[in-house]
Amino acid sequence: MSNEASVHEQSYLGAPHGLASWLLTKDHKRIAILYLISITIFFAVGGTFAAMIRAELVTPQGDLLSSDLYNKVFTLHGVIMIFFFLIPSIPATLGNFLLPIMIGAKDLAFPRINLLSWYIYVIGATVTLAAVFNGGVDTGWTFYTPYSSMSSNTSVTTAALGVFITGFSSILTGFNFIVTLHRMRAPGMTWFRLPLFVWAQYATSLVMILGTPVVAITVLLVAAERALHLGIFDPKIGGDPVLFQHLFWFYSHPAVYIMILPAMGVVSELVAAMSRKQIFGYSFVAFSSLAIAIIGFLVWGHHLFVSSQSIYAGLVFSIITMMVAVPSAVKTFNWTATMYKGAISWESPTFWIFGFMGLFLVGGLTGLFLGAMGLDIHLTDTYFVVAHFHYIMVGGGVMGFLGGLHFWWPKMTGKMYNETAGKIAAMLVFFGFNATFFPQFIVGYMGMPRRYHAYPPEFQFFNVLSSAGAVLLGIGYTMIVIYLIYSLIKGPKAPANPWGATGLEWKIPSPPITHNFSEMPVVTEEAYDYQHAPAPQRGVK
Amino acid sequence: MSTPTTTRHPKLQEHFYNMDQQLEASTLGMWVFLVTEVMFFGGLFMAYIVYRHMYPHAWVEASHELNWQLGGLNTMVLIVSSLTMALAVRAAMLSEKKQQVFYLLTTMALGTVFLVVKFFEYKAKFEHHLVPGPHFNPALEQGMQIFFSLYFMMTGIHAAHMVIGLGIMTYIVINAAKGTYNAEYYGPVEVAGLYWHFVDIVWIFLFPLLYLLGRHGA
Amino acid sequence: MSSTLPFFPPSASTVASDVDYLYFFILGVSAFFAVLVSVLVLVFAIKYRRNKPEDIGADIHGSLSLELLWTGIPFILAMVMFVWGAQVFFTLSKPPADSMDVFVVGKQWMWKVQHPEGVREINELHVPINRPVRLTMGSEDVIHDFFIPAFRVKMDVVPGKLTTMWFTATKAGEYHIFCAEYCGTKHSGMIGTVTAMEPQDYEAWLAGGRATGSAVQNGERLFSDLSCVTCHKADSTGRGPWLGGVFGSTVTLNDGRKVVADENYLRESIMNPQSKVVQGFQPIMPTFQGMVSEENLLQLIAYVKTLKPAEPAPAPAKK
Repeated sequence: MSNEASVHEQSYLGAPHGLASWLLTKDHKRIAILYLISITIFFAVGGTFAAMIRAELVTPQGDLLSSDLYNKVFTLHGVIMIFFFLIPSIPATLGNFLLPIMIGAKDLAFPRINLLSWYIYVIGATVTLAAVFNGGVDTGWTFYTPYSSMSSNTSVTTAALGVFITGFSSILTGFNFIVTLHRMRAPGMTWFRLPLFVWAQYATSLVMILGTPVVAITVLLVAAERALHLGIFDPKIGGDPVLFQHLFWFYSHPAVYIMILPAMGVVSELVAAMSRKQIFGYSFVAFSSLAIAIIGFLVWGHHLFVSSQSIYAGLVFSIITMMVAVPSAVKTFNWTATMYKGAISWESPTFWIFGFMGLFLVGGLTGLFLGAMGLDIHLTDTYFVVAHFHYIMVGGGVMGFLGGLHFWWPKMTGKMYNETAGKIAAMLVFFGFNATFFPQFIVGYMGMPRRYHAYPPEFQFFNVLSSAGAVLLGIGYTMIVIYLIYSLIKGPKAPANPWGATGLEWKIPSPPITHNFSEMPVVTEEAYDYQHAPAPQRGVK
Repeated sequence: MSTPTTTRHPKLQEHFYNMDQQLEASTLGMWVFLVTEVMFFGGLFMAYIVYRHMYPHAWVEASHELNWQLGGLNTMVLIVSSLTMALAVRAAMLSEKKQQVFYLLTTMALGTVFLVVKFFEYKAKFEHHLVPGPHFNPALEQGMQIFFSLYFMMTGIHAAHMVIGLGIMTYIVINAAKGTYNAEYYGPVEVAGLYWHFVDIVWIFLFPLLYLLGRHGA
Repeated sequence: MSSTLPFFPPSASTVASDVDYLYFFILGVSAFFAVLVSVLVLVFAIKYRRNKPEDIGADIHGSLSLELLWTGIPFILAMVMFVWGAQVFFTLSKPPADSMDVFVVGKQWMWKVQHPEGVREINELHVPINRPVRLTMGSEDVIHDFFIPAFRVKMDVVPGKLTTMWFTATKAGEYHIFCAEYCGTKHSGMIGTVTAMEPQDYEAWLAGGRATGSAVQNGERLFSDLSCVTCHKADSTGRGPWLGGVFGSTVTLNDGRKVVADENYLRESIMNPQSKVVQGFQPIMPTFQGMVSEENLLQLIAYVKTLKPAEPAPAPAKK
């Protein structure tokens, strides 16, 4: 007993030792690290495909890759970035690590299922990679029928099965979070004392458990069409290929909220902590997450304005799409108001918040262009859409993820990274990102369709700009990997609370002990009680 | 709760504070899981609604190809198995080991009967060339082809759930025979029961929707 | 050609400027809010920069009136955008009655165009200016999308059904046609040129083209070649209903449902005849799936549209 107890009092990183102790761990923090390593690998793979796309589009002729190869490259870029990086990014890493700690629990409700979700992710990823090496897949990440079911002669079935399998890892994560939040909160941790990051994870989990099964059955139907000739979406036997689009977007639009809601949660934490001030309008920020998750399920038809769906259906989807913009606006104003009369420290997490705010603003506002039906007719399936969703998913989602990673890195690893490097990387990524994707709005309005391997010469100027920006962006991302890994080796030891932030995770050592808390915490204060916050344990530069 | 080390039940996992919390977590977990299952089948039901609306006559005709007597028999079998499952949970809560094992085995036997009947139904469809694929009867009307595609998808996924259910039951019955479950610790039996009832309920929707189209009145 | 700005597409149709105005409105609103929030964030970050590490911000928790304000204003603006967008959309989806009909068939990876007079072109579309043109489109294989950026119009071309779009070109010139829905290997090669011409130039072009029989004539030939005529007889004695005047009318089906006989209904009745049988008739018509191409279908429909109602009131068919 005493021996076991001492193991639990040690840092989760150190005890027990050995590869097997990691691969068989039930500790949510270790599983978070496993996920972090996996998604970083896939981010690199997806990024390589992105680099190939940008290299091809420097010239209009389509002379670097063959058409078939180009089509596979953009498909794999999408499939890998969405299903293997963005969707698990914040929930499975930061969420997995922090959610139990933030609510005062020793672990998630189902630690074994948590580990299972990582293994399912790995199996799904392996199956998808098998498709890559078995000739690739060229349907676009959207798998639209009947191209995917009847026409393409690439490894669609394998890739679809990979996505199907990975979906269950996402379902299990969401399911674990929901049960944990309902049943594992420490005494005194009422719903309205939860950190906003936790609220955002809750909303995300709802989307995960309600949406993912639908895309699972949908891609399963595509696989069955190819393997068993079922023909549910086959127009030749009277099936409707557009039904696929409805089922697909019923998940895949809310899936965007799986990517952005957790990032919004991260920003809520960071804005308060870096301003050392109570978040402005706590309940509005919390409920706007739920509103986005719920309304987000009713807007999928805005992907189908030109797909021959009824125009009255289009009207309903358009008006609801316009409404879903409102809670995002509310959040943005609340973050801004939180900074008013704050005590804002200019440390690297702050730079990531600025980056997030700038890019998310553009991403969110350009959504209005696409929600307005008459304008969407012209813009849909052009580079305007490509730019818009990259501003949301990369500008918002990835900036939020990186911001969170910089903020909680000391807690997760017990090491501090180089501040200057952190700031430079944030700026490189911000400017590189804008250089890459802003020109795409312009070339999109000019009419350049997405998924084009070759294009008319008048679009070249903007494509060259975009590719040049991508170089900056690539340097920025590489830099982060380097200085974070360097910090593990040579970085100074992190104190328990480097930022002087509130929240249970900052009350325990960095890195945490295996069981998070040696005694069950009892919560007596509101969230973000910065009037009584402890001082930061490191100086402001 | 303040003295967790002295009174910890051997089946209480480390990260829970007490048995009630553990039971509540696993029950809620199964409910949340069943919500995802509803959404999973929901995609298929959506396709069902769309195509039944598009091809009302073809669907009635295709439905008449199904054997409603066998479908009805299977419905009865599953309803009875839900009853025996509920009795098994009750027996666990009352710490009645023998009854637990008896009811669990009965439930499993009924589940197996269901799958055997299903097998013979599928076999008949193969013989009549009503299975999508290379042996499909090409003269079939378009809407009927889609009906059979969905029929096999829906009942096939349901049958897969039955097979998984039997696997879970095997695990439960072995532990029940060892006397693992009693009034203090019966969570796994209850959770397995929830799953079993859910799979039954899906069938209770599938049966009329697939077998009984246009059978009223005429 | 008529584009003078290197970063803006030419506006060469009646709806193009409607779309552009909406674009600039939303752009203006967006720019205002983007600048407002960015400036506030930067000003706060500088003005309230922390001096000592342990400094804390003011004890402010929120303000209901501010929350209502910044919920209400975005909501109202979003609704304005919705209504305006819907208006433009309705204009785009309702072709004027006097539109000229052109048929388009998409297949991997080309566009086949047929004019009512019979002139055909591939990856090209010649149209007169100042006259509404309505495209009726079908696909031979997968989903394509017909997109003319200069006209701000776009519509998916979906296998298994017919879709339509319309425009009125306003400026003579050559403009891009793009396939905007990913359709396989040569998706980016599925492009073409729309040539908008002065009406007299268009007439001259039509006259110079090699017409291979008008769409209606081709449809009439198919109607007899495929033996449609043996059942669909003008004197109402056939096993199928006479099709004169059926286009655009409301048809009562076997099960009492009523449907409007539009292009898609006619298409479905040829490809999948059992699904919507007219009241009083038996479901005996065979499917023509695989026997008629999308082009033939469009010709058949063009012919059926020209048929006149039968002279006497249609007697109920036997059996």
